[in-house]
Amino acid sequence: MCSLALFPPPLLDGEITLYESNNELVSGTSASSCPKQEWDPPSLIFPRETLKSHSRPESSSKSAFLDHKDTLWMRSAGAWRDAGLSGLLEEIANRPDEVPKWLSVGSGCMLALLRWISSFHGSLFPHLTLSSEAMVAEFSQVLKWSDGAVRGFAWHPHTDKFAVALLDDTIRIYNSKSATSPTLKHRLQRSVSSLQWKPLCASELAVACHNCLLVWHIDPTSLSTRPSSGCAQVLSHPGHSPVTSIAWSPSGSLLVSASPVDTAMLVWDVAIESCVPLQRVGGGGVTFLSWAPDGGRVLAATPSALFRVWETRMWTCERWPCLKGRLQTGCWSPDGTRLLFSVQNEMVIYALTFSDSPGGPKAASVVADLSETTFSGPNGDVTVGGEVQSLAWDPKGERLAVLMKGVSEAPERPAVIAVFRTRTSPAFELLPCGFIKGEPGVEPRLMQFHPQFQHGALLTLCWSNGKITHLPFYFVSAGATTATCLPHHTAKGTEFSSQLLYTDHSS
Amino acid sequence: MFSVKQSSWFMHKVVRWRAVASFAWSVLLLPVTTSLFVFLSQASLLHPIQWITDSLCLLTASSTMFSLLLLSAVVLVIGIFIQEYCTVIPSIPCSRVALLAKVLHPRQCVHSLSHCSLGMLVTWCAAVTIGGRYRTLSHPCSESENVGQMCLNEYHLFLLLAGAFMGYSHSLLGVVQNMNYVAFHAVQQHKYMHFKGSLPRVVKCSAVQSLYSLRNYIVLYYFFGYGPRLWISQILNLQLDGSSHFLDTVAGLLDFSLLYHLWISGTFLMLTWFITVFLFRIYVSEAYSFPVQSTFTEDAEMCLPKVLSCKEPMVMKFLALQDLALLSQHSPVRRQEVFSLSQPGGHAHNWNAISRECLSLLTDLTQRLVAHHDAVASNGRPKSQGSSSDAKSVTSGSSASSAVEDLPKAYPSVSKTPGSVFLRSSTVGLNSPMTAPFTPDLDSPFSSPVIRRLTAQEDPASPWFGSVQSPHVMRRGPKLWSASTDSMVNGSPPDSPALSPRSHPASEKPSFLTQWLQNRKEQVKGFLAKRALVLYLFNKLPEASGQALFADSQAHIWALEGLSHLVAASYTEDRFGVVQTTLPNILSSMLMLLEAVDRHFKLPHASSKPSRATCSMGDSTHKTLRFALRAALKTALYRITTTFGEHLHAVQMSAEHRKRMQQFLEYKE
Repeated sequence: MCSLALFPPPLLDGEITLYESNNELVSGTSASSCPKQEWDPPSLIFPRETLKSHSRPESSSKSAFLDHKDTLWMRSAGAWRDAGLSGLLEEIANRPDEVPKWLSVGSGCMLALLRWISSFHGSLFPHLTLSSEAMVAEFSQVLKWSDGAVRGFAWHPHTDKFAVALLDDTIRIYNSKSATSPTLKHRLQRSVSSLQWKPLCASELAVACHNCLLVWHIDPTSLSTRPSSGCAQVLSHPGHSPVTSIAWSPSGSLLVSASPVDTAMLVWDVAIESCVPLQRVGGGGVTFLSWAPDGGRVLAATPSALFRVWETRMWTCERWPCLKGRLQTGCWSPDGTRLLFSVQNEMVIYALTFSDSPGGPKAASVVADLSETTFSGPNGDVTVGGEVQSLAWDPKGERLAVLMKGVSEAPERPAVIAVFRTRTSPAFELLPCGFIKGEPGVEPRLMQFHPQFQHGALLTLCWSNGKITHLPFYFVSAGATTATCLPHHTAKGTEFSSQLLYTDHSS
Repeated sequence: MFSVKQSSWFMHKVVRWRAVASFAWSVLLLPVTTSLFVFLSQASLLHPIQWITDSLCLLTASSTMFSLLLLSAVVLVIGIFIQEYCTVIPSIPCSRVALLAKVLHPRQCVHSLSHCSLGMLVTWCAAVTIGGRYRTLSHPCSESENVGQMCLNEYHLFLLLAGAFMGYSHSLLGVVQNMNYVAFHAVQQHKYMHFKGSLPRVVKCSAVQSLYSLRNYIVLYYFFGYGPRLWISQILNLQLDGSSHFLDTVAGLLDFSLLYHLWISGTFLMLTWFITVFLFRIYVSEAYSFPVQSTFTEDAEMCLPKVLSCKEPMVMKFLALQDLALLSQHSPVRRQEVFSLSQPGGHAHNWNAISRECLSLLTDLTQRLVAHHDAVASNGRPKSQGSSSDAKSVTSGSSASSAVEDLPKAYPSVSKTPGSVFLRSSTVGLNSPMTAPFTPDLDSPFSSPVIRRLTAQEDPASPWFGSVQSPHVMRRGPKLWSASTDSMVNGSPPDSPALSPRSHPASEKPSFLTQWLQNRKEQVKGFLAKRALVLYLFNKLPEASGQALFADSQAHIWALEGLSHLVAASYTEDRFGVVQTTLPNILSSMLMLLEAVDRHFKLPHASSKPSRATCSMGDSTHKTLRFALRAALKTALYRITTTFGEHLHAVQMSAEHRKRMQQFLEYKE
């Protein structure tokens, strides 16, 4: 087992992690000293102030626009349409002067009964009492989702292109091959919680929104900067909102979506816009989905201390009850045989190994301990460690980035990213690599590895000040047969070969 | 449809048993639905204990047992109808008159009438179960002057007629919503889970459907209810009881308990039938694993390469293609068998047969699309047939699924009774240019429905009776299909989808008589075309012809998935390089299909999505199959290009295709 105590101490304030080379993280004082590649992904900055979030709670505009001289019948119909049965009952119960007494009293009783039942339901599943915005913030993989300027980020799986979802409910797309960066806006595109490009396709981007799924078709050759909302397919299903997580199958044929409110996970055939709900008893919803890169399994987390691993051939599932809390995040190894996950209220990373033999794994094993560790430095002691917010494993399976929540009350304990080196053969091992340090006073919110980086791995980081930076890790993949030429720092080649890989068999 | 060819081992060994199993399950589920119905029908909120005891008594009563027996028989008959009428390719009528012809077709009439009587039977059981005032058709009169005589019990009659109406509307909606179409789902699930997951939808559908037909029925009864009442009372010599309201009055119909019982019975009827349909669909569309190769020669016809090349029965071909798509995706061991070489000789028979069949499917679709595009002018209307008779002949041959509108003109009897006299006369009609001036949809109503009815009645014993509307039977006539497979058999699949136009018979010189007839018909047509009703009936439904083109595209989607997964897997798994030999063909067929599909989507109405049906048991996935095909095609091409990457530059390809391929390599599609 690897623990944070084995890590090199975190950088001092004022220094920024620039890249990894020769197995160590190189730091500098400014980002400009980074080695250049053939295409440097643009480092973007979206200041929080320039983005105006939509401050429209669902019912605020209602009183402003609805004509109060409408007949009761019209208003009831409107309430039924807007808020369903409870809205209708409320409308009737609130007008004792316009309806017969028995009707208003009856609907009042019904309403009370409904509320009592829903509060009972809510006490079983506390997350149901949250508002939908709060629910997205609670279950999102983005740290402090409701507050940050960047709410989602997605690399295209095959080409140098990425999409960024912003606080003002727009999505921007940046492409290495064209100067135009389209901005996607849609009436239904509200509180974007997750977005993902369709694999084996150049143009389709699925977006999980407040009460629907949008699938954008963005023609890569088009020069338009504002694709019309006609380019978006709207997929919605009653009772399936807010959508907090989506995942494309790696073969590009299916899309699964999850909502913490809906106990069923939906498997969409996007082209024909039909879905199959997959429902199992227990859990109270589905919060997080992750499809294994080989397409064989899907991880589905629930808001209670239980998660499921679906097998995608016949869509059967294994139940995995956790002890402490709900599963917060998880990621798959590139070959789809190993699942790393972490659980709320626990500062460890677990691993599950799957094989094709029946039976399957019996128990998850702890592979890394992230409990608080104090490093003493020149400026005093620095404490690092905490619960995991999200995990990211690079597509070659050699680096694992772990975003740890900080302590929100203590400004000296911000969120921190720890990077592990991973090795899968002969035995699975996590080896420490280092902490990633950003500009002073800025904490990371979201991270994702580039799926096709040639020279190792490229980690994209979204920071709390709205900045998006890219951090390369240069290494030669253990599986690679031909050594790809690393840019720039071949001068250190001799040093590189003589240096021993840092290994520690502490597990 | 499934019983087209009784000799097929697949029908005997697989489909029949699947059907039997599904019927057995629907019969086994009958006690559950019946007891639910009994429970709900006795509902009285004010006396809950009496409600429960009454229901329990009724459940053990002999009358309920008898109804249960009767209902089981009904379900079995329904099941047999489903099996006979089921199809894996939806038939899509292209104009309203084609739809009308479909509804009035004798086969459909048999279906409707039997559903009518079955519905009546079910509601009779329901009436007996509910008891009370619904129990019998007659009761002793209560009025003073008729004491001792029997009076008609209108409630019973009302319920029975409601059953008949619902049965009929079920059958009618089955045609309109393609209830008989068995769709295959992209997500494989175990049967139990599939059933459990969809049961709420089935229950909701049956409740909603019953509500709608209840509304229609009440309106109908309000206006025409006195007719059957009078008729029945006269036939059975029953008096009409004047003391209570008649049910075709507002006061009579505003009876909440009556409406509730009607609705519950209707829901019960729909539910039992829908469950039967639904279970049948689940069972039939379950994946079946064909062996890729067999060590015994007698099993050779059961192997995947052989089965794929069969055209009949269609369900077997579909299941084989599904199996191919699944094995190419999930099963390395079976993929290895596909790539293997034959033991003496070292030929890649398995791969050759599979790829040949898939490619011929794709080429067939390409040709169909090209022909359709040529036949349709850019404004989406059919060109005048005189100017493009060549295109017309190809359309009639290749757009098989739009057969209802297109085929009767050229092959009116291919789908009917091949041995009938009509075949010859129609061949004459084909050869003479007499039919040339008629647009397809104007032609069919004049000749075919009448004749169709005649021929079908004339020869019901023929093996073709009962399969009249199956599109794949119609497809046997057209040349393109067989032409493409012929050339496949000869060795190499054709490299271009260049149309192989049939030998065109229109070169014969028309006689004076035919010319005169032609002019007359032209005048009649011109006259009729101005009438609004005719126009309404005969106008093409805008999206239907496009949907009809892609009606069987599920097969193409599987072929694309299977091929692309196999090709992608061959990059690492194909030790003998058998796939490399066909790679140029595969790529060019896919690219040509892509061109054709792109062109098709530029037509008006092609890219508009139909509104989704909120609640119906009919599967509407066939309406959007063209989108699924386009997505599957692009994904398939990307799967190949991402796997092979730059190596694809070494593949022989035309310059145009290379350009397109480059777009895929650069992710610009």
